[in-house]
Amino acid sequence: MLGDLVNSGRSEAMTTSEPKVCLEIGSRTENVELVQIAVKASLQQLRIDTETSQAIGTAVREAVANAIQHGNGMDPDKQVRVECSFDGDEVVIQVRDQGNGFDPKQVPDPLDPDNLMRPNGRGIFFMKKFMDDIQFSFEPAGGTVVTMRKRVTLQPPAASQEEEDER
Amino acid sequence: MKIAARHSKGITILEPKGKITIGIGDVALRDAVHEAMDAGSENILINLGDVTTIDSSGIGELVSAYTTVTNRGGKLKLANLPPKVQDILQITQLVTVFDVFSDEEEALASFE
Repeated sequence: MLGDLVNSGRSEAMTTSEPKVCLEIGSRTENVELVQIAVKASLQQLRIDTETSQAIGTAVREAVANAIQHGNGMDPDKQVRVECSFDGDEVVIQVRDQGNGFDPKQVPDPLDPDNLMRPNGRGIFFMKKFMDDIQFSFEPAGGTVVTMRKRVTLQPPAASQEEEDER
Repeated sequence: MKIAARHSKGITILEPKGKITIGIGDVALRDAVHEAMDAGSENILINLGDVTTIDSSGIGELVSAYTTVTNRGGKLKLANLPPKVQDILQITQLVTVFDVFSDEEEALASFE
């Protein structure tokens, strides 16, 4: 199943010594779920608390959905590349599409009363809300890269049963 | 996702379960609302108690459903919001738009 969804790429567990998850997917909405599952699994291995992990997962979901829909225009032949890394105190996610780019300043504010009842236009807003920082950059040859950062506090490792017994 | 529908006091109650997200529950929610209206329901209550995740697409479908039902002279209300869904409605300021109730009975009574 995963082979059908992922066009190419690799997914590896993140550790502090080899901090990278890399996925490349075709532009199909069902792949949003796949990316979120892979990123969530990696964050769990880092022992990031559930609330922070969910926040990052929400932002990743929105970024990948935007890349598929608005960046690549749902063209299944265009790829979305997702990289997730960890540098000691923050998680960094990069989502790269093959679209024509856009002007972030032109994105309407979904909290503006005139926009509140619009059915779309909340993706970037969610990304900003759930991450500490997001930046857009545009490749000279085409394609948008969104880089999202969130500071994290790692949970201490679960005590072994032997340690528990000694308490 | 299959969304269960039942009726009480002339109101259609929809019960989505799991995710209302892009490509999964968003279309199912849209279809369920349109089916209810096509069957003659004016007033719809969405019980969100079993929803685990909602994203911007899911929020968009709730907004579309609200607009569609309201434009046809009916009412659409929400009940039993899980904390995560409540948070999303707060963040998006849509709590100021939707009629939100803590439980189904209270919501049903509000239609009277």
